[in-house]
This record gives sequence, C-alpha cells and structure tokens, in this order.
Amino acid sequence: MTDHDHHHHDHDHSELSDTELRVRALETILTEKGYVDPAALDLLIETYETKVGPRNGARVVAKAWSDPAYRARLLADATPAIAELGYAGRQGEHIVALENTRSLHNMVVCTLCSCYPWPVLGLPPVWYKSAPYRSKAVKDPRGVLKDFGFELPQGTEIRVWDSTAEIRYLVLPLRPERTEGWSEERLAELVTRDSMIGTGLPKQPHEIA
Amino acid sequence: MDGAHDMGGVWSGEVRPEPNEPPFHAEWERRAFALRLAMAMPGGWNIDMSRFAREDRPPQDYLGKSYYEIWLAGLERLMLARNLVTPDEIEAGKPLHPAKPVARTLTPEGVAGMLHRGGPTERKATSPALFAARDQVRAKMINPPTHTRLPHYVRGHVGTIERVIGCHVFPDSNAIGGGENPQWLYTVTFDGRELWGEDGDPGLKVSVDAWEPYLERA
Repeated sequence: MTDHDHHHHDHDHSELSDTELRVRALETILTEKGYVDPAALDLLIETYETKVGPRNGARVVAKAWSDPAYRARLLADATPAIAELGYAGRQGEHIVALENTRSLHNMVVCTLCSCYPWPVLGLPPVWYKSAPYRSKAVKDPRGVLKDFGFELPQGTEIRVWDSTAEIRYLVLPLRPERTEGWSEERLAELVTRDSMIGTGLPKQPHEIA
Repeated sequence: MDGAHDMGGVWSGEVRPEPNEPPFHAEWERRAFALRLAMAMPGGWNIDMSRFAREDRPPQDYLGKSYYEIWLAGLERLMLARNLVTPDEIEAGKPLHPAKPVARTLTPEGVAGMLHRGGPTERKATSPALFAARDQVRAKMINPPTHTRLPHYVRGHVGTIERVIGCHVFPDSNAIGGGENPQWLYTVTFDGRELWGEDGDPGLKVSVDAWEPYLERA
C-alpha cells in the first residue's frame, strides 16, 4: 500500500482533486515536521484493509451458534468473549452482543456520528455513516429494512440501539435452519456484515452451496 | 451542541447500500484516515475533542462534506489550534516553520499495540449510581453550546433504565478540556410512540446510552 501510483484506478478522473492534493500536502508537512511516520500510516491502512473486518465478527457469531457455553459468555459479557478469539481494542473496548429471536430483531446505528465495532466489523460502510441511515434507523427501521430488500414477519418487535457512548453493539443473528452439524468455518460463511448490524439476515445454506 | 450531525429522525431518504463496498474509495481517504489516527498521539487530543472538532461547523459545511472530508477538516482544526501546523503552511502545502516539540509519535512498531489498547472509557466510581434497572427517567431538555452525546430526539422524553453500564468518561466535559469527570452511564429504552407520536411504529423500541447528568427521575 506504499505505492500511491498503484491506486490510480480508484479515480474516475485523471487529475487529482483539491482534496487529494490537500491530503498529500498535509502528509508531507506532517512527515517533514517529524509528527508522523509514513510507514506507520501504511500499517494502519493495511490493518483495516486486510486484517480487521467482518470476517472477525462472523467467526464470533459462528462460534456462538455452535457452542452454547460460548454463546452464554458472549451474551453475558461480550468484550472478553470476543477477546478469546483475539479481537479487541480500538472502537471495541466495551462490546455488547444483542441476540435476535423469532419475535425480536435488533438494529444498530450511531445517529450522532459513525460509532461501530471496529475489531469485529472493520470500518463502517458509507451507508452506515450517511444521513438517510442515521436519520431513519431510529424512527422507521422497517423502512430501512425495505431499503435493504427485506421485511420482518408481522408482529416482530424491533429494537434499535443508538451508539451514543463508547459501548459498541454486535447483533447475534438467528442461525439459519438446515445447518445442523455444520462446522464453525462453514457457518461463518453464512454470516454477513449486515446481519451483524441488523440491516440484513444471514445467508441461507443454498446461497453458499 | 445542536448541529447537523445530530440526525436521528430528521430525514426519511432512501438508504443506499453499495454491494461489495471496499473499506476506502480513494487513496486520499486511506491517507486521511491514517493521518487522523496517527496524529492523535503527538497531538494529545482525546476522542471527544476529535468528535467536537468534526461536528462544530455550520450545517451546510457538515452536510456538504463527505465523511473523510469531515475527518480531514476536524484534523486540521485540532492541529491548527495547537500550532502543530499553521494556516500559511496548509495554504502553501509545505512546512514553513520549525516543528513544535511533541512528546510521542506513532512508530510502525507501535501501531499494533496502540490499536489493541484502544481507549477504554470505564473508570472507578466514586459515588453510587442514582438510578437502577427499571427506573423511569426523563432525558433532560438541554441544548448546550458545546459537545454533548444526548441526541435531540430523546430530549424531554420518558424512558426506562434498561442497564446500568458503569462509570464512564463524560464527553461533555472531556471534549472541552474539562477533564474526564466520569459519570454513571445507563442504557435507556424509549417506546417508539413516546418518541414519534401515535403514528409511530407500535413494535419499536429505541435505546440510547446516556450519562447520569442527562437524566432526571420521571
């Protein structure tokens, strides 16, 4: 990730934007002043592009589906339970797991900014940080689910958790049917990022066949 | 503060998910993201100061910027306020003045440890919690000119204490250099109709995490 030229395919225009130039200049100023080390910047970026992402959360969910004792630990105190799998730290210092049931669906939002459980889900997607999601999730979460292409069964209660403090929320979705006897690795393939935010459901077995 | 960042319930546009979205959409977003994380160490500011620097701007500015443009603007403000960079340097795009001595910088060897430590906000309580689970509380009607984490849409409304979380750093104080001033933090749950009126979704409950100074007994 150190080669800037490598990333030109990211842009749909050939000239650098004002913002691109501003960020480059700022990095130059801060590097020359000795405040930042570009190698540390590269490592930060690499960490969140390749190591920390929703596959981490999927492992947590799959383990909770497979191991009743782990599920109990996760729901009682999620931070140490998640740390058992090696996921901890920045933007996940205090995690609470929310269990979906047949009658209750959980959805997580941050109406004030973009709070999101980084160690298990990585960096938040653009829609999570957008005005429509931050506005609508707390007032019309069923409308949000329609935007994502699904509806909850009639009578399902919906609980929305606005991440206004440093508590981060992870939804534990319902385990899909007809997955008896599956390994944790295979179950993890069913777990989508959105199912751990509450704006989606896990994949069904036939979708990963 | 009251600002465009406090978005709960304000609009009802369509949410547009992007299939297979990458973590970043341009190289400058990668660099802005990393600069913001790395500069907190020499800069010495805390997460609440950082949030306040992003949200304390006119609505047209906040709403007109993309997410990482807001991060960049917030970072520039924090650095300018501490004379780590100067306006003429940002204008010129190169250093013009000697660096200000800083206590620490982030090295590549320090990255994993810094991310793993994070910034836990729980602190030892010095007084008992005022509220207990199942207590009825009202979110106070407050509109402070400085940073707060009580969203506008619950102010004045009655909810139920769902969980006593613990004693946590108080952002309203920490954001403005007033110290951590830890306060009891609660999960407070509101009925959808309490927040949005009789037309609200009867099967909806909304929770916020609220510090004790935001709440009064109902």
